[in-house]
Amino acid sequence: MNIPSGMEEGGNHPVAQKIRERFSSGYLGATLFRGDLSIHLKKEDLFEVGRFLRDDPSLDFDYPVHVTSVDYMGEPERFEVVYEFFSIRKKHQVRLKARVSEDDCTVDSLTPLWEGLNYMEREVYDMMGIKFNHHPDLRRILLPDEYDEGYPLRKNFPIEGRGWRDTFEFLESS
Amino acid sequence: MDVNDATTVTEQKPSLPLLRTEELLLNLGPQHPSTHGVLKVVLTLEGEKIIKSDPVLGYLHRGVEKIAESITYNQFIPYTDRLDYVCAMYNNFAYVRAIEKLLAIAVPERSEYLRTIVAEVQRIIGHLFWLGTQALDIGAMTVFFYTFRERETLLDIFDELCGARLTTSWYRVGGVERDFTSKIIDDLYKFVADFPSKIEEYDTLLVNNRIWIARTKGIAVISGEDAVRFALSGSTLRGSGVDYDLRKISPYGAYDKVKWTVPIGKHGDTYDRYWVRMMELHESNKIIKQCLDQLPQGEYKAYVPQVVAPPKERVFTDMESMIYQFKLYSQGFNAPPGDIYCGTEAHKGELGFYIVSQGGSKPYRLKIRAPSFIHMGAFDHMAKGYMIADVITIFGTYDIVMGECDR
Repeated sequence: MNIPSGMEEGGNHPVAQKIRERFSSGYLGATLFRGDLSIHLKKEDLFEVGRFLRDDPSLDFDYPVHVTSVDYMGEPERFEVVYEFFSIRKKHQVRLKARVSEDDCTVDSLTPLWEGLNYMEREVYDMMGIKFNHHPDLRRILLPDEYDEGYPLRKNFPIEGRGWRDTFEFLESS
Repeated sequence: MDVNDATTVTEQKPSLPLLRTEELLLNLGPQHPSTHGVLKVVLTLEGEKIIKSDPVLGYLHRGVEKIAESITYNQFIPYTDRLDYVCAMYNNFAYVRAIEKLLAIAVPERSEYLRTIVAEVQRIIGHLFWLGTQALDIGAMTVFFYTFRERETLLDIFDELCGARLTTSWYRVGGVERDFTSKIIDDLYKFVADFPSKIEEYDTLLVNNRIWIARTKGIAVISGEDAVRFALSGSTLRGSGVDYDLRKISPYGAYDKVKWTVPIGKHGDTYDRYWVRMMELHESNKIIKQCLDQLPQGEYKAYVPQVVAPPKERVFTDMESMIYQFKLYSQGFNAPPGDIYCGTEAHKGELGFYIVSQGGSKPYRLKIRAPSFIHMGAFDHMAKGYMIADVITIFGTYDIVMGECDR
């Protein structure tokens, strides 16, 4: 993995070392930026790494902070799913990143491990259209259930919206 | 009716049709005054008992995260006011802190103190608002008038400080928009001296109030372990006995320079969360007092010309400052490529911003970790088995604001 300029290699961080030892095939690299550790993984290993983070006593990541997805339109693996965890007892942080392609836009849900991820993953599905396998209740959350104009946080979704909204006169005149 | 008739009736009893006990579906909201905005909950009931609840969110969804991708970093500050419109200052604070982490710029010491004072004033306002509405929902109307009296005093200070009461936008990347006037400092000193006696007044209304205790003790209990699993934060998490406060874990502002403690509850019920917040009022008061005493002299804005607008006097007299000002307001500043997450202990919980930058003056992706949204994820777990009247208490105990929940 290429380390982008301005970022440091994070492979020597103790958390990254543990994950690299255990998941040598799924581990793609680690970066440090402003003290935040990010670990890049293959999406197939995400669930097992999550279980390892939660259950290993020396890692002890008990607190799911947030789930996000980023759309890198034009790249072969278009979406990136980002999970961030914190350990309340050990006071350390880790961010897991896995790339997902547009054709196979699915990733294993981590909700079975942390129930609080239920709503956060639903939001990612709602906004970016990434499907979470084995999620107990994958429905739209902020947008209406019958909404069919796409996924608004994708980069090819116009900011003024789709459907009846893009027939406003002031949009046509500009 | 003679004896023989009575026996025949008892014999027939087993074959009588049973009482119909089907589940009832009830839509609560979105236009219900106690749902704190536009929140709808679909409740499955068995009599008055809640079997299942399904919050329906999104009535206030405005696509703030999408808007952020098309405007510069500074232009987004007013949008953060409209997230949690009860506590605009703390949203500004959380956002500018995230940008400062991304840019790696330091803030002058005086500015850190000013920020901490205003943030704690905002926390008191938030908790007063919460206390008033929570008591109002439960039926104790008087508390509302008492808490809003103090809230007014503090909002007048905000008015003096930045010209706005609710949508403040006073924080800036690298500092604050303007310094305290001597009137603000006097007003704050006066408020800090009076406030403990005001908290006692609220206590006289609630602490021995049998209805209040019956409606809050043992209601919506969540264990510490579950609360962590559900990613609850703020007073809602601390009420369950988990010591998690970002002001202590990763201190920012002037929180590590003053003496204060984190109140921790025990039982994880609505009453303990109420107690934690009441104690936090005392702690915030202490923090404000110490910060005012220690307030150092100095600049209230960092001098980083490419990022922070230069002082107005210099813009009018100095050519370079004028160019920087022009460039900053027409193009914004450029952030280095990278991604950061920065969480801040707002009064509702951990308010975090995850920002992905690919260089340039606009964020590539901006994600808001809104505590109200995440707290709603635990709603079903906490409401199960309680009565329908307790649903209102649970809305109150989360202290949700839909502007932040739906974004």
